Amino acid sequence: MNTKSATPPQGRFGRLLHNIVRYRVLLLMLLPTSIIFFINCYIPMFGLFIAFKNINYIDGIMGSPWAGLDNFRFLFATSDALRVTINTVGYNVVFIISGLILSVSLAIAINEVRNKLASKFFQTVMIMPNFLSMVVVSFIVYAFLHPEYGFLVKHILPMFGYSSVNAYMHPEAWPYILWITKMWHSIGIGSVIYLAAITGISEELYEAAVMDGASKWQQITKITLPLLTPIMVILTILNMGGIFRSDFGLFYHVTLDSGALRSTTDVIDTYVYRGLIQLNDLGMSSAANFYQSVVGFFLVIGANALARKLNRDTALF
Amino acid sequence: MTTASRSNPYTKGSTTAQIILNVFFIAFSLACILPIVLIVAISLTNEKALTLQGYKFWPDHIDASAYQYLFKHSETLVKAYGVSLTVTLIGTVLAVLLIALYAYPLYRKDFPFKKTFNFYLLITMLFSGGLVPFYLLYVNYLDLKDSLVALILPGLSNAFYIFITRTFFQQTIPEEMIESGKLDGASEWRIFFQLVLPISLPVLATIGLFTTLMYWNDWFNSMLFINDTNKFSLQYVMIQMIRQAEFFKTQLAGTGVALMVQESVPTESLRMAMVVLSIGPILFIYPFFQKYFTKGLTIGAIKG
Repeated sequence: MNTKSATPPQGRFGRLLHNIVRYRVLLLMLLPTSIIFFINCYIPMFGLFIAFKNINYIDGIMGSPWAGLDNFRFLFATSDALRVTINTVGYNVVFIISGLILSVSLAIAINEVRNKLASKFFQTVMIMPNFLSMVVVSFIVYAFLHPEYGFLVKHILPMFGYSSVNAYMHPEAWPYILWITKMWHSIGIGSVIYLAAITGISEELYEAAVMDGASKWQQITKITLPLLTPIMVILTILNMGGIFRSDFGLFYHVTLDSGALRSTTDVIDTYVYRGLIQLNDLGMSSAANFYQSVVGFFLVIGANALARKLNRDTALF
Repeated sequence: MTTASRSNPYTKGSTTAQIILNVFFIAFSLACILPIVLIVAISLTNEKALTLQGYKFWPDHIDASAYQYLFKHSETLVKAYGVSLTVTLIGTVLAVLLIALYAYPLYRKDFPFKKTFNFYLLITMLFSGGLVPFYLLYVNYLDLKDSLVALILPGLSNAFYIFITRTFFQQTIPEEMIESGKLDGASEWRIFFQLVLPISLPVLATIGLFTTLMYWNDWFNSMLFINDTNKFSLQYVMIQMIRQAEFFKTQLAGTGVALMVQESVPTESLRMAMVVLSIGPILFIYPFFQKYFTKGLTIGAIKG
């Protein structure tokens, strides 16, 4: 490969062939992962058309008869579609906005901690919840909410005059429970990203501000926040692209998949999963799956276009 | 770099502010740790005390009988640990190697197909077929039901980690190094394994930690593809345990069956002991990798 070819090959095809031979080793390096991506991502993309089929396991994907838009008609005729859409989007919007506010506040606050050792300790601990699986998190929530023995139920609620409460039967409580769980799991790690951006801000700006008599609060609102705004905006827009997808574990395990809670906890992902695995309702499930994938695609494209308009460097593509 | 707090005197707040800040963060840290402590406490509480007093942070007597029981009747546990370990080890090694192998050509400025393969990755981040076709492909066409391959293969495709690794290569490996390697007559493989990989340890450790956690914490693929009890992963066994508990509680409450079942089904402290054993390894490796992953996370987040 270190021999330069004497005459550059002519024509598009010739050049292509030449490059393939010349870079065969690099191409070989790319091969295994390319195949894996083909299996895991590309083939399923083409499988989306099964939403238009009356699919059954015996005839398989190809053999099953076409169903036209029937699956979609059934899906949108039920109240399910509206409910899971509202839940999915609602939770995501709340998670994105409150996650942003809390992560940025935490990052600004921890940046003000003078003791390096303490600061490092706090960061280490804050990130830890993120390393627990949602199954473990579901046990933690259960330990607090267990109808008879739960820490909250047994020791805290009685102080306010409540006796035994089975939270797993009360759907109206779950938006709050899931919100607290999600924030507990994710804001620590979210703040690390903003902290990195803050430490990148030039010291001189603050020095100059102090010379001009700026208070701490003014430094934060006039320097830190404006300089963080671009990354806040971009990350938020990119998160908006994922608004049709949810943290499956949060909605499935933490709620213990309790049927009584569905009105406030069922999201598109859990709906598709249940349709596929538990109910074996492939038609409905694949229609919901298609709906999620296609809307999700346009949201990502739109979000990225918006991000690109605001700042070329930060957009995904 | 993320852990540095400002040392310059101009930006320091007052001592009172420092006290308030520290108190706040101590409280916040406790909020992050205490729920885990509660789980540990329950696992160490006597079963009778649990039913009388509920879950508490401080057991009256430490009682390790749940752990003793687990170690005695631990066939399921040992098997599940074995499955999780195998999947995590093989998965992580494969994933890190494959990610580096894909990221490296994308970093090479002279590689003419760079754009094509970048694009090939990008598409996977934008558009997904979703669960149903993925499931049917694995079960009906690849015949991976009840196969450990079904637990490893899905985790191997991660475009995001490839981009992080590529960015790391771009920032730390000078082109001249590759050039001089070539001039010395080293093959591409040799350059990759003996020059590139050794100086890329920080990013490999970051990706390695992320993939280890992903495989260790994975329950979704088990839930989808595994029916054979011998191949349950640790997380999946835990799912079964918490579901069973709730099932018996709600369905059979007050009936004679409930009492009977209570004798044979894993008890409260036993279930929490299982959780403790499943998070143990994570808490153990976490401090070793911590310094790498904040850096890796930052690179990835800012320059996707």
